[in-house]
This record gives sequence, C-alpha cells and structure tokens, in this order.
Amino acid sequence: MKAKIDVSYIAQLAQLELSEQQTELFQSQLESILGFIDKLSELPMDQEPAAHGQRLSASLRQDVVGQSLSAEAVIANAPAAQDLLIKVPKVVADA
Amino acid sequence: MIGQETIVSLKQKFASGELTPADYITQLHAEISAHDVEIGSYLNCELDKALEQAKNADLSLPLGGVPIAIKDNINTLGETCSCASKYLESYRAPYDATVIEKLLAAGAIPFGRTNLDEFAMGSATENSALKTTKNPRALEYIPGGSSGGSAACVSANLAVASLGSDTGGSIRQPASHCGVVGLKPTYGRVSRYGLVAFASSLDQIGPMTKTVEDAAVLLEVLAGHDPREATSVDEPVPAYTQSLKKGVQGLKIGLPKEYFGEGIDPQIKTKILEIAEGLKQQGAEIVEVSLPHTEYAIATYYILAPAEASSNLARFDGVRYGHRSADVSSIDELNVKSRSESLGDEVKRRIILGTYVLSSGYADAYYEKAQKARQLISQDFDEAFETVDALLTPSVPHLPRKRGENSDPLKDYLEDLCAIAVNLAGNCAISVPVGTLGDESLPIGAQIIAPHFKEETLFQVGSAIETL
Repeated sequence: MKAKIDVSYIAQLAQLELSEQQTELFQSQLESILGFIDKLSELPMDQEPAAHGQRLSASLRQDVVGQSLSAEAVIANAPAAQDLLIKVPKVVADA
Repeated sequence: MIGQETIVSLKQKFASGELTPADYITQLHAEISAHDVEIGSYLNCELDKALEQAKNADLSLPLGGVPIAIKDNINTLGETCSCASKYLESYRAPYDATVIEKLLAAGAIPFGRTNLDEFAMGSATENSALKTTKNPRALEYIPGGSSGGSAACVSANLAVASLGSDTGGSIRQPASHCGVVGLKPTYGRVSRYGLVAFASSLDQIGPMTKTVEDAAVLLEVLAGHDPREATSVDEPVPAYTQSLKKGVQGLKIGLPKEYFGEGIDPQIKTKILEIAEGLKQQGAEIVEVSLPHTEYAIATYYILAPAEASSNLARFDGVRYGHRSADVSSIDELNVKSRSESLGDEVKRRIILGTYVLSSGYADAYYEKAQKARQLISQDFDEAFETVDALLTPSVPHLPRKRGENSDPLKDYLEDLCAIAVNLAGNCAISVPVGTLGDESLPIGAQIIAPHFKEETLFQVGSAIETL
C-alpha cells in the first residue's frame, strides 16, 4: 500500500490550519512515516487486537458524590470569563 | 555540590541534624540559579512555597524534607504545567496529581518544573517550545527526551531525584543519555491522574534518580491503586527496598537477540554483553531468547500513540484554558486558530498522523492492524518470561547525537527501538548507567525488563549491575 495522505484535508479534520510550506513538509514527512509503518502488512492478522499491554478488566466503583474542583478554581485558567462563566464567541448563528 | 546527595544520603543528613530541609532547599535553589542557566533543565523553580514546606517538614516520614523535581506535564497545585507548550504556557494547575499527593503525604517537597519535549512528544527535548536543555555530561549533545529536563537536573546534581513520564522510552532513554537511573513502572502500577495525557494506553509516571536504591524508595511511595484512575491496578505494593542487594544468584536473565543485532552500536552491544558476563559471575544464568516481533514495535507505536494523542489533544481548543487566539469571530475559528498558533510542529505532525490513521476508510488498515501487532509483541514478552526472570538489553541503540543535528522525525523515532516494545506490552523496565564511551565520555545505559508487577526484579538486578 503506497500511502497518499491529503494533509490539508486531515488537518481540517484535526482543527488545525497549516501554512503552505508546512503542508508540503508534512506531506513528505508523513508519507515517509506511513511507508515505514506499512511494515505491519507482513504480519498475520488472525489474532485478537490488544487495546493495551495489560489484561485489564473494566474497573467499576460505587456511584457516590465526591468532592470536585470549585468553579473559581476552574475559571481561574479561562482565557475569558464573566460571573463564573466562560466567554466564547457566538456559537449559534443568526437566523 | 550540594545536589550530589541521593534521597538516602539526604535523609541520613536530615536525621543526624547535619542539614535541615530549609537550609538544603535554599542552597539547592542557589545552585540551580547559578548553574541551570547553562543546562536548561528547569522551566521554573519557585522557592517560597517549597521553603515553607521545608520548614514544616516531618522528618519521620519516608521522604521527609526531600525535594523532588517534577516534569512539567504533571499537575501540582498552583504551579505551571506547561507541557513545554505555548498553548499551556500561562496555565496554573488547579489540583495535585495523585503522585504529587503521594509525595506530599510521604513528606517530600515537589520542587522545580522540568523541561520536556512539547506534550512529551520527542526523544531529544528539542521539541520544547519553551527552552533548550543540554546534556550535562557533554553540552553539545542532546539530553534525550521527552523527560530531558528531569534527567538533566539529576545528572547535573541540580536535583536529588525527579519524576518523568514514559510513553515510548521517555524516562529510560534520557536517563541513559544523561547517566542516571530511570524506571518505567508496569502499566497500571502508578496512577496517571493529573498527568497530562499523551497516549493513554502507554503513559506511565516513574522516578529518575542517581541510584537504583533511590528509585526503589520513590516507587514505594508512588505506586498503588487510585480510584480516580481506572487503569491503575489494585495490586499490593511490595517493600521494594527489600529486594535491593539480594544478589542475582539463581536468576535467569535473557538476552533477546533482536536487541543486539542490526541498528545497535557495536560498542554498546559489547558493553551490555560485558554486563551480562558480570551478572553471570555473580551467579545469574544468562540465556539467549527471542522476541521475534521486535522489529514491528516502532511501526505499531507510531500508529497507536499518535491515534491516542490526536484524541487526547482535541481538548486543547482555546475555550476553557490555555492559549486563545485574539480577534476571532466564530467558535470554529477560535478552535482552529488557538490550536494552530500555539502547538508546535511535532505535535501537529502527530495529531495529523493520528487523525489520518483513525479516519474513515483507514482505521482498519492502520489502527486495528496496529492493535493486532501489539498482541503479538505482548505475547513475545509473555513467552520469554515463561523461561526467564528478566531481560537485559541496551537502553538506547546509539550514543546521544549532537543537538540540532536531526531534521528527519522518522530518524529520531527509530532511536526508541529498545524502549517502545516495553510500553506496548505494559511491562516494567529500568535503565541503569553502565559507564561511558568515546572521547566525549557519553553515558550509556543497560535496560532490564521484567514481567508485569515484578519491579522488585528490576531493583534486584539493577542494584547488582551497580556493583559491577
């Protein structure tokens, strides 16, 4: 499989904006990385996929109310806030 | 230098009254101010709060009054947690990570925030958007990464010990390059609550120290189940220090042939084989083993880690914290511009790679294939550990390179050849310094790998290697 990656399109999916120069550079770098990754095609694929290295089972706990951070502590890092609310540009477009 | 102290020696000096924690931390801060200008291991180091903690230190606790440097991707209340990214440069942590709570409960003083590759993505600390870190043993050379600052400060005697994080070698590789001990615990051994997530199925926090004994002392404090971290495992925490100096008599140690072949510097190979011979003379049985899927580990990692990173880093959207682009008119523009202006090239490259391998039509070809390859890599270790107690390998295939010499990301990726399979399989491993090579006396490390939750074997073999 010869990888062909449309960097501009993928960047858009990832909410990133790249300069033309970056797009070109990433294109060749990523294709070389994908070419290397293609090595996996040599492997048998009839085993189960592994999500991590441990055989972990789902860990459940009692659903009890605990302590969480105060609104003030959280808002302290917000780039723009008013009355303990985070300010953002208008989300819903005008009708 | 005051920073030459180990955790163990410092505790003795505190106990005897030769030093007080407050005097020590004041002097250490002065050393850092004088010498870190050259090394660049710390992003910042705030004395006031630490001095207050030092004055109230309870010396009866296991780490009473001992300062520990923290990688700047682990949240410590009120301190920076920049991940060496422009995006989080002005962020201040609103809570303590579990490892910080544990350090504080053991009497330690989190002191100083260390440099790293941005969001822990890299193996030279050259991807830090905030600072250059040099290898204290040879300033022209990289310290390794991503925990380059945590390795460099310990190596330069500007810290007693530090915490790092290891997703694909990020503790062991810089430890090897800087000539210090670096431990990646078993996946699930140490809670990652409060560690900024890079690749959640791989990340682990671990100690970076001057001696194997110090690593054991620290892990005893750090390890354990945390109800706030679903992948932390409820296994008892052994008294790791008791496995030190047990000797290696009767232990069976495997040399995986794939870690001594192509792509390994022959001088490093020779050095590690000498270590194996030394262990044999101390009574260990040395056998050759095979981990046949080793050559697929890096390819597997560079699908899974970027895939997970692309999801984890989606939270950096300019809304709730971190950099927000000025002068935007819509929420979409705010998201895109805030990310694009403040994330570095390597981070963007990995987000794009991860988004690609998860995108419609490619997820089976890449992501699922990598998960299946991961199964084979894990099985290799399981099978090897049916016959041996531990594996011995080089920590890094080559000596550190000079700073600024590599512009090809793939070439740097390949430097994690000896480290990455361990993360994929979830095992524990330690890098122990075993001398230097070449005119520049560049440090090299031996890596010991053990089965899941057998960190005591790492300490047992590691402390034996220190006597060689």
